Amino acid sequence: MTATAERHALGAPPPDDILLDVRNLRTVFHVMDGDVPAVDGVSFQLRPGRSIGIVGESGSGKSVTALTIMRLLDIPPAEVMPGSEIWFDGTELLRMPMDAMRKIRGNDIAMIFQEPLTSLNPVFTIGGQIAEQVELHLKVKKKEAWERAIESLKLVGIPSPERRAKQYPHEMSGGMRQRVMIAMALSCEPKLLIADEPTTALDVTIQAQILELLKTIQDRTDSALLLITHDLGVIAEMVEDVVVMYSGQVVETGTVDQVLLEPRAPYTMGLIESIPTVDKRGGRLSVIKGTVPSPFNLPPACRFEPRCPYAWDHCRKVVPDLFQTDHPNQLARCHLYTAAGVGRREQALEAHAQAMTVGRDLGGQR
Amino acid sequence: MTEALPPTGSVDATRPAPASSPDPTADPTRDPTPEGEAPNAVPAPEARRSASQDWAAGVAAATASDAQRRADNAAEIEPLLRVVGLKKHFPIIGGFLRRQIGTVFAVDGVDFEVQRGETFALVGESGCGKTTLGRSLLRLTEPTAGKVIFGGRDISALSQDELRPVRRRMQIIFQDPFGSLNPRMPVSDIIGEGLLAQGMKDRKKRDKKVEDSLEVVGLRRDYTRRYPHEFSGGQRQRIGIARALALDPEFVVCDEPVSALDVSIQSQVLNLLVDLRRDFNLTYLFISHNLSVIQYFSDRVAVMYLGKIAEVGTVEQLYENARHPYTVALLSAIPEADPRRKKKRLVLKGDVPSPAAPPTGCRFHTRCWLREKLGNPERCVTEEPQLRVLESGHQTACHFAEDVSDRTVSQVVQTQDVLATAVAAEGADVPA
Repeated sequence: MTATAERHALGAPPPDDILLDVRNLRTVFHVMDGDVPAVDGVSFQLRPGRSIGIVGESGSGKSVTALTIMRLLDIPPAEVMPGSEIWFDGTELLRMPMDAMRKIRGNDIAMIFQEPLTSLNPVFTIGGQIAEQVELHLKVKKKEAWERAIESLKLVGIPSPERRAKQYPHEMSGGMRQRVMIAMALSCEPKLLIADEPTTALDVTIQAQILELLKTIQDRTDSALLLITHDLGVIAEMVEDVVVMYSGQVVETGTVDQVLLEPRAPYTMGLIESIPTVDKRGGRLSVIKGTVPSPFNLPPACRFEPRCPYAWDHCRKVVPDLFQTDHPNQLARCHLYTAAGVGRREQALEAHAQAMTVGRDLGGQR
Repeated sequence: MTEALPPTGSVDATRPAPASSPDPTADPTRDPTPEGEAPNAVPAPEARRSASQDWAAGVAAATASDAQRRADNAAEIEPLLRVVGLKKHFPIIGGFLRRQIGTVFAVDGVDFEVQRGETFALVGESGCGKTTLGRSLLRLTEPTAGKVIFGGRDISALSQDELRPVRRRMQIIFQDPFGSLNPRMPVSDIIGEGLLAQGMKDRKKRDKKVEDSLEVVGLRRDYTRRYPHEFSGGQRQRIGIARALALDPEFVVCDEPVSALDVSIQSQVLNLLVDLRRDFNLTYLFISHNLSVIQYFSDRVAVMYLGKIAEVGTVEQLYENARHPYTVALLSAIPEADPRRKKKRLVLKGDVPSPAAPPTGCRFHTRCWLREKLGNPERCVTEEPQLRVLESGHQTACHFAEDVSDRTVSQVVQTQDVLATAVAAEGADVPA
């Protein structure tokens, strides 16, 4: 990866108040059937102490984005394409030697995964696992590392942490393990916390515990949060800014209020319309017709065009960029927001407003 | 999990099955609606709609034999399904001698009724027994105790042979669209297996029925020769639905039918279930952990906690006037996709206790915020609360349901410490 990436001239580092700057990230998987452009030109920025959410359905590339930032993908089959840049705290991560990257991982950037049981080592006590990481990253003595491990267990609300630290992962419940994961992630006081579907495997009352905990701790430690989820409800509660992904691309960005209350990309509109709510009771739910396109057979221009209720022939010919919408700093990958879409834009927004109160069938398919 | 319903046994061709009465859909001149429901009288503009209506008419005709009609009349007085004291306990086998060392009280004394044509939802967290309950109703797992009265007949005591005609009338749609379809069977066999088990031996008739059911769920008729791996998750779930519908059931258990699907596909499948409910006058038992889906989809809801019903009522009663502290917490926990409704939520402490060792008294007392607020009354630990009627149709199993109000909830929310929510009571969930 580094070999091909280095040939490209590196852009200028971002200003100091940008903690994470992902620029034109492209990750391709070379598999037997061909190349899968899992992440295809993703860019976003995150300021220190702030929170951003990446939302999308399965296969949209949201998790691969996170794994590329952490450089946790196997290369090959994955390849990060030339021209991709990931700036973190003033340095570019993709060109960094692996041992330097290892120091950043866990120390400055920590990650929480969906299934805590697979990310914890079953043969070591949880205290030992946290202490090991502290010892490595913070270069402290064993005893101090153990004390810090207990301290971080206390921070995430685990009672009698001295006793808990001596337990093994299988002795804990799912919610408790996810707390341990959070404790581990926070033990080195990272500047950035990446959480990939942190509550998807948990029951709703435990999810509530973990979300509240994450919020409280993020406030207290002032680390930035990159949250990856398919759940728009979790997004609404947890983050300030949102990136919506579809088929490897960013299709909309904006603040959480903009994207969830006044979505502008037809995909986001359809997604929000299709959520069952009490207002839609008795009526039919809106439907995004069809399915996500196969990565081997992507539509020629706009990737959402075959499913889009507002598409016209222009959308099959011209590849849409992320365009400025009628809101400041809210971008949508849709021709509705260019000169070509002027007349259609009002219609689309009106149709969306209507669908939010009454269920509406967007497509012919049941 | 992967077998099609009902399980095959010796096929008895004399059993009343759709095949034994003349198939009215094959003959367009015949009036298919002796019951006077006449769905055909409604002009159907779309081909798809009219196909499903013809099919509905066929169902009406096929089930209209005299014996059936008498049974239906009797059943109209009764609820379609009545569950009395249902229990399902699983033994825990272990130790050196492989003896029973404990019992999982998966379903532990449940009573409810489902009226014809309504959608009754079961909601609860994993391990609360909702799936076991759904399977016990169909006797996919044999209940340990209690009665399941379906259409006026106690089916819990029937032999497998006696059960087969009843099985045709009650079907199930499974959660996992990948695990529930046999990867080595073509669609025609997956859907046709149940028809064959019900005695429809004529391959041609069976294939037609399979194609009809595919069309009803919005798939193409020529998909019959394909295998499950050729379909997306949403399409597989449609095949699962087609399999259940092929037998013209009256009652369908939907076990988390949309949980494994992406949001945009989820709404397609929910719409389909709504349409089928209307077209075929189906009664659903809808099992889900998703409270938003239930609110959209159901008429009445039962909230389950550790094998028991904590609260039951209409959707309105439960969502607007929940009276069990667990229901209140469950509703408070849903993350809503509307940033304007960002709320401080009531966070429950700890995890659901093990169903192998449910707490004494009220099973929820170890996590109950109301009990804590009331100064930990002993009654919750010593006396098991029974379901009692609060208002018509609204029952709750809490000694102190009258103390649940918006005011108490907001007081608790104001003072709670989210960091102290890891365990119910200190040491309560530490394994020995």
